[in-house]
Amino acid sequence: MKKLSLANLDAFFAKIADKQALYMPIENKAGQLQFQRWTEGAKLSVGCNTVRSAKDFFFPQTENLVDFKVKGKEIEIIDSRTEKEDFVIFGVRACDVRSFAILDKVFLSNPVDTYYKSRREHGTIISLACTHPEETCFCRTFGIDATQPEGDVASWITEDAVYFQPQSDKGQKLLEKCGALLEEADESPVLRQKQQTKTYLDKLPLATLSTKHFENKDQLEVFNSEKWAELSEACLGCGTCTFVCPTCQCYDIRDFDTGKGIKRFRCWDSCMYSDFTKMAGGQPRLTQLERFRQRFMHKLVYFPINNDGEFGCVGCGRCLKKCPISMNIVKVMKTLEGEEK
Amino acid sequence: MQRIMAEKAKELLQNGTVNRVLGWKKGEFVYDITPAVFNNTEEIDAEFVYDDFCANNLSKYLIKESRKEGKVLVFLKPCDTYSFNQLLKEHRIWRDHVYAVGIPCDGKIDLDCLKKQDIQGIVGIETQNDNFIIHTLYGDHTIAKEDALAERCLNCKSKKHVIYDELIGRDGEVLDSHRFDMVEKIEAMTPDERFAFWRGEFSRCIRCNACRNVCPACSCENCVFDNPKSGIANKAAADSFEENMFHIIRAFHVAGRCTDCGECSRVCPQNIPLHLLNRKFIKDINEFYGTYQAGEDTESRAPLNIYNTEDVEPSIVYKKGGNH
Amino acid sequence: MNTEALIPKIGVVTDIRIDTPDVKTFRIVGLDGKKVFEHIPGQCAMLSMPGVGEALFSITSSPTNKDFLEFSIKKCGCVTDWLHQMEVGQQITIRGPYGNGFPVETNLKGKDLLFIAGGIGLAPLRSVINYVRDNRKNYGSVQIIYGSRSKDDLVDYREIIDEWMNDEGIEVNLTIDREQEGWDGHVGFVPNYVKELNPDIRKTVLMCGPPIMIKFTLAGLKELGFQDTQVYTTMELRMKCGIGKCGRCNIGSKYVCKDGPVFRFDQLGELPNEY
Repeated sequence: MKKLSLANLDAFFAKIADKQALYMPIENKAGQLQFQRWTEGAKLSVGCNTVRSAKDFFFPQTENLVDFKVKGKEIEIIDSRTEKEDFVIFGVRACDVRSFAILDKVFLSNPVDTYYKSRREHGTIISLACTHPEETCFCRTFGIDATQPEGDVASWITEDAVYFQPQSDKGQKLLEKCGALLEEADESPVLRQKQQTKTYLDKLPLATLSTKHFENKDQLEVFNSEKWAELSEACLGCGTCTFVCPTCQCYDIRDFDTGKGIKRFRCWDSCMYSDFTKMAGGQPRLTQLERFRQRFMHKLVYFPINNDGEFGCVGCGRCLKKCPISMNIVKVMKTLEGEEK
Repeated sequence: MQRIMAEKAKELLQNGTVNRVLGWKKGEFVYDITPAVFNNTEEIDAEFVYDDFCANNLSKYLIKESRKEGKVLVFLKPCDTYSFNQLLKEHRIWRDHVYAVGIPCDGKIDLDCLKKQDIQGIVGIETQNDNFIIHTLYGDHTIAKEDALAERCLNCKSKKHVIYDELIGRDGEVLDSHRFDMVEKIEAMTPDERFAFWRGEFSRCIRCNACRNVCPACSCENCVFDNPKSGIANKAAADSFEENMFHIIRAFHVAGRCTDCGECSRVCPQNIPLHLLNRKFIKDINEFYGTYQAGEDTESRAPLNIYNTEDVEPSIVYKKGGNH
Repeated sequence: MNTEALIPKIGVVTDIRIDTPDVKTFRIVGLDGKKVFEHIPGQCAMLSMPGVGEALFSITSSPTNKDFLEFSIKKCGCVTDWLHQMEVGQQITIRGPYGNGFPVETNLKGKDLLFIAGGIGLAPLRSVINYVRDNRKNYGSVQIIYGSRSKDDLVDYREIIDEWMNDEGIEVNLTIDREQEGWDGHVGFVPNYVKELNPDIRKTVLMCGPPIMIKFTLAGLKELGFQDTQVYTTMELRMKCGIGKCGRCNIGSKYVCKDGPVFRFDQLGELPNEY
C-alpha cells in the first residue's frame, strides 16, 4: 500500500493531469457534485456521490456513431472517430465502479460495442472508499463493499493522507508514474477507517434490504404481480431515474442532417418514455404501468436471468434522491417482497 | 393536521361523498413522500401522511383522476389551488368528479437545503418551535426553519385558497412576496452576463423531462418535443444551444398560464432554477398588461389571450432601455 | 460478424419488383457486386437511408441464392416510404445479419413442414421455403397455406404460380379474404382455411402474419391437436441497434433482435404477454 500526504494531493493531481485528462467530483454552481475536469485550484469534493453517475465517461449522453455523405444515388460512409486521449477518473465510489462491470456485460458481450470499449481502454479508475454513507445507500445489498472499492487503484482518504492500493496493471503503472510523491505505508490507518465505516454501514436504514425474493425468480410471476398498478400510479413518466442511474444503458439511434452531411448519433433513451417502443403499427407498452414495470423487471429479473444472477442495480441511491415522486427500486423491491409474505 | 385530514378523508369515503382520496403516502425515510390514491379507510390508516415534506402539487394528477368514474377527494395546499383553478379554466379537469379540500401550509422543507449544509445520513426530523432537529447517522443538527424551507415557500405568494369545496383550518391572505427579487437581479445584468448565467445553468440539463412532466401547465396530450412528426422532437440536441431552447420554448408555452407553483425547480435533478424563467414572464405580464395571477379565478381572460387597443407596442422593449 | 456492429456497409439496389400495390421486393448487392453477407433463413438486416432512418427487415431470399439478398417490404412508415420511391442503382446502407433464424439445420430437418402466412408475413417464410426447395431431400412434405386481402395483395404471386406450384411434393393452398373477379381459388380467412384443410398434426408449423391472424390460427391449430412446441413464428417490435443492447425490443428477458425473431409458441408462453 502507498501513501500520499494530504498536503501533496494537488501535486499528485497535477502530476497525473500533466499527461492525461483527470476528472473527479467537484462541486458545481448548484452546490451539487459533478465529475469535472481537474485544473489547477479545483477542489476535490469528498461528499458521498455525484448527481450524474460515472457511466458518462464510457457511455456519454450523446455521441456520434458515423457520418454519411449522400451524393445523388451514392453514399459515402465515414467513421469519423479520432483516437481518444487517455484519462483518469479519481474518486469513483464502490457502487459506480461496480456499475462498469454491469455495463461491460452489455457493451463488451458479442458483438462488442467498440465505442464503449475504446473508452474503457483509455480510462483508468481510481476509486475512493466511502467513509460517511448516506441514508439512501444500499450497495451492500448487491454484495458491494463500500470500504474496499474495485477499480484500477483503490484509495482511502484519512485525516492526513491518501492511501493507494493498485488493483490492476493499469493502476500499477499509474502509481509508478507518481512514485516520487508516494511512500510505502502501513495499512493500519486504512483498517481503522474501514472498521469505523462498517459501523455506519450496519446502521443504515436499508442495511437489511435483500434481493432474496428476486433470486432465480420466474419472470411471469413477478411480471403478473398486481402491485405494479399501485407502484406506478404516480409515476410522471420522466427519465430522471434512468438518466441518473449508473446501470441504465438503453439508447436511441437517430440521424441528423447538418446541411453538409448526415450524422448518425446515439443518445440515452428511457424505457419510461412513451415513445420508447412506439411503432408505426402500434405499441406493446401502452401505459405508464407497462413502462414502469419494464424498468424494474429489467433490473431485478431480466438482467439477472441473462447475466448469471447479477442484478442491474448497485444501490447507489441516486434514484431514491432524485425521483420527483420518490418512487424507486427500494420501494418496488419491498412492495413485491411484501406481497409474498 | 395529518390526523384531522385522515379523519376528514375517512368521513367523506364512508358517507359516500367521494370514492377515492388523492393524497400523500409515507415512504422509507422521513422525507420520501409519494402521491397516492387511497381507495378505502384501511389504506388511509396505514399510509396516509401530511407533513413538512408533502411538497408535490397534486393538481396535475386530477387530469387523469377526474376522468375516472366516481368522485375523487383531493387535498390542496394554497398554491396548489391556483394550479387546480388554472386547469379548470383550461377545461382539463372534470370538476364534477372532484371534491377539493383546502389545507393549510407553512412551507415545505427542501432536502437540498439540508444537504447543502452538509447534513447527510438523515434518519429523523422533529419540529421544535422555529427549528428543526435533524437526526442523522452522524449526530443531530438544529436548523432554523427558514434555512430548511424551499425557495418557493420562503417567497410564498399566497396562503389563500382560491378554490375549494371545503376548507380545513382558516384561510390565509395573498402575500407580498419577494419572488421577483432574483428576476430583477438577472434583469440588471448586462446581456452578456445574463446569457452566460443561463448558459451555465442550462449546461447541466440532462433532458430528463421531469420539469415538463410535473408541470400542471404542460398538459398537452402529446408534447411537440415527443412528436417525431414535429421535426423538433429530439432526445439529443444538435448542439448545446438547442438544448437550452427546450426550456425557453417551454417557458413561452406556459407564459400567462404558469401559476408559479415552482414544481419545475423542485423536481429538477440538477437544481436548475427553472422557475426564474416563468417568473420573468409573470413579471413582464404584470408590468405590461397590469397585475395578473394565473389560476386566481376561472373566468377572467388571460392578458396574452386578449387584445386591447391600450396594449403595449412591441417597441416597449426598446423603450425600456438596453438591458431588456 | 462485422466487428463494427453499428457501422453499416453500402448496398446497391440492382432490381426492384413491384409485388402488390404496397409491397416491393428489392434486390441488393455490395459495392463489389457480390452478396453483402451470408445468412440463415428467418434472419434480418438493418436497412437505412441516411437522414431518413434505419429499420429492420427480414431477408426474403434464400441463403442458397449465392448472388444477392432480397427484401420484400411493405410501405408503412417513414423509412419504407422512402425505400418505395427509390430507383434501381440507388445505394442504401445495410448491416446484419441479425437474429436467430429458423432452425433449418436442426429441429426442422426431416420434418413435414406446414407454412402458414398472411399478407407480408410470407416475406420471412419465403427464405425458408426456397431453402427447403433447394435442399429438398433433407425435409419431408411441404404444405403452404397463404392468404391475403385480395389476389393483388399476394406477395411473390408469380414465383408461387410458376415455381412452387410446379414443384413435386409441395402443396400450395391460396386464399383471399373476399370474392374477386378472375379468382377461382379459395375465398376466406386463413384461420378458417387451415381448419378446413385439416392438416396432419404431425407437421411442424412455421407461421407468420398479422397478430390477429396468428391469434386465431394458433387457436385453430390447437383445436386440431397441434402443440405449442410444433409451431414457430416470428416477432416484430421496435428496434434500433439490432444487437441486443439498445434495450427496446425485449419480450421479457428475450430480445427479439438477438434471441428472436423466431420463437416457438412454448417459448413465448414462458415470457410476459407484452408484444
